[in-house]
Amino acid sequence: MTTDSLSSIRINGIRIGAIERGTGTPLLFLHPGIGLDPTAPVLDRLAERVRLVAPIHPGFGTSEQPPSFDTVDDLAYFYLDLMDELDLKDVTLVGVSLGGWIAAEMAVKSTARIARLVLANAVGIKVGPRETRDIADIFAILDQDFNERAYANSALGMRDYKTMAESDVRIAARNREATARYAWSPYMHNPKLKNRLHRIKIPTLFLWGDSDRIVLESYGRAYAAAIPGARFETIAKAGHFPHLEQADEFARRVHAFMEGRSS
Amino acid sequence: MRVYHFSEHPYPDAWNDPHGYLRVDLPNRACDPKKAADLFHRYHDEYLLADELGLDLMLNEHHQTATCMNSTSIVSLSVLARQTKRARILILGYPIGHRPDPLRCAEELSTIDVISRGRLDMGFIKGVPYEFAPSNANPVGVMDRFWESHDFIIKAMTSHDGPFNWESEHFHYRQVNIWPRPWQQPHPPVWSTTASKTNARVLGERGYVMAILGSGYATRALFDAYREGYASTHNGAMPGPDRFAYLALFATAHTETEAHRRGELVAAYLRTGANVYPPFKNPPGYLSVDDNVRLMRGMTPERSFTKDGRIVDMRTGSLQDLIDSVLMVCGTPDQCYTQIKDFIEYTGGMSNLLVMAQGGFLNQKDTSDSLTLLAKEILPRLRELKQPGATSVAAA
Repeated sequence: MTTDSLSSIRINGIRIGAIERGTGTPLLFLHPGIGLDPTAPVLDRLAERVRLVAPIHPGFGTSEQPPSFDTVDDLAYFYLDLMDELDLKDVTLVGVSLGGWIAAEMAVKSTARIARLVLANAVGIKVGPRETRDIADIFAILDQDFNERAYANSALGMRDYKTMAESDVRIAARNREATARYAWSPYMHNPKLKNRLHRIKIPTLFLWGDSDRIVLESYGRAYAAAIPGARFETIAKAGHFPHLEQADEFARRVHAFMEGRSS
Repeated sequence: MRVYHFSEHPYPDAWNDPHGYLRVDLPNRACDPKKAADLFHRYHDEYLLADELGLDLMLNEHHQTATCMNSTSIVSLSVLARQTKRARILILGYPIGHRPDPLRCAEELSTIDVISRGRLDMGFIKGVPYEFAPSNANPVGVMDRFWESHDFIIKAMTSHDGPFNWESEHFHYRQVNIWPRPWQQPHPPVWSTTASKTNARVLGERGYVMAILGSGYATRALFDAYREGYASTHNGAMPGPDRFAYLALFATAHTETEAHRRGELVAAYLRTGANVYPPFKNPPGYLSVDDNVRLMRGMTPERSFTKDGRIVDMRTGSLQDLIDSVLMVCGTPDQCYTQIKDFIEYTGGMSNLLVMAQGGFLNQKDTSDSLTLLAKEILPRLRELKQPGATSVAAA
């Protein structure tokens, strides 16, 4: 992984890294808890038709951790401010997993700058009964178990930290800590969010890697049912991170949705 | 010199499956409540004996584990506060970074201090890594929550003129006015533990009693970090030996052979106590990012050392390894005295010895005999021991 291709953005005095590529209408991409590799092919695919802005969340990667930030709400307001600061208009907001949760929290607050919403294998709400865990407890399983649940091809998730560059190991360690900071309890969701989703009146697309065993497709369908008019599509041969496992297909679906075409 | 008797209140019958995990996810079906009652009564009886013998008492708290049934240490503290006569009663520790309600903590501890007529020592801790799964407290930021909880408890114990207000990052109260207030003034002594020099220095700055667990002949550096912190807030003065404590496993008997037999039974705690499903051993944020980077890259810090610098693995070391690294004090009373004396000289002064004199399968008869020898043949000599100066260098 290289961080050379990161630009630096300062919002409210908080410095974060971001990947900015392409031209056209803006697409704000919010990464999952495992972070965002600037070399991930999906970024170039998406940027072929849009102005891509893919920030690294505060506390993740090499982005600054503001002492007062400890909820997804903090991140949602931060990115609403980011859209103001960069004067992004007619934004396609795309979030995967934790990034999907942030995107949903933004959309219930204000869609003034958001034209459409894409939530991929998103977390953020409670669907099942209290004794059913909707979202796998990723902090209570081994790495291998996580990879088998999160990927259609679990080999994609494997990392050998002993041979990786120290700077990349540090990024992985910060990503794990930051995910827990924002999502430890209530685990991976905001109990208030589900009852606010009706406020989202913009076109919304759910993309769901159909091999995901971190959050099942049934969860995604229940999530989609809470947003008026939301469309739900699955992506084959992908798990919790369809933007990594099926980058071309992921970008194709997003572009088609932007252009109002059925995929 | 004070010597505190300590038992984790184990439920050793659940030890029998060597492949199972002893913490967090061991099904409680393995706990027979009748056996548990017998064990609690027995461990409390051993504390009552220790009280009569002139020893002090230490209790601790863990959760969802067969290694320690004291999941609510407040209950055993309450029993002992009423039933013992003279011993100091140390809770080490009370995991205040996990507690959602520090007002309740202040009320509980003040009440115990009053019932015991001023014999409580309050050990505040952040808790071992595998406590975060049971409590669901966020391991990220636990030290911030710990210190706010600490500040609140001390404020509640030392405010006597009607309600005060507390609206801060983690805790919110508008009418704080605890009854009863603590017996000891301004509040019961505060203790804590650490394995880091940074935290040792902070404890020194505050002048709290610092207890070190299981670091053997690597303890001096932590004591010296404490001394630096203490001097920085006390006009350069050195802390007395009563600011330091060390916890070791313990077994004694009239003969070395019998002492070692008992020692092996107590050592079963070290050999199995860390038997935990790996994801629960390192929750996110418990260690710093720097420490996690080192761990992920395969570099694990060694903790326990012998006097001559040999590294000891507390889970696999022989009994002699445990003795050499002062993870355990074990032998005849003479041998135990010498082991303790050598260690105190090495530390530059330490007058609170905490001993796990009951552990694992060690039965009541053997525990009682070991405690009696400790009180009658070792403690009097330790009381006469001249503490070394803080600047002294232990003989190699």
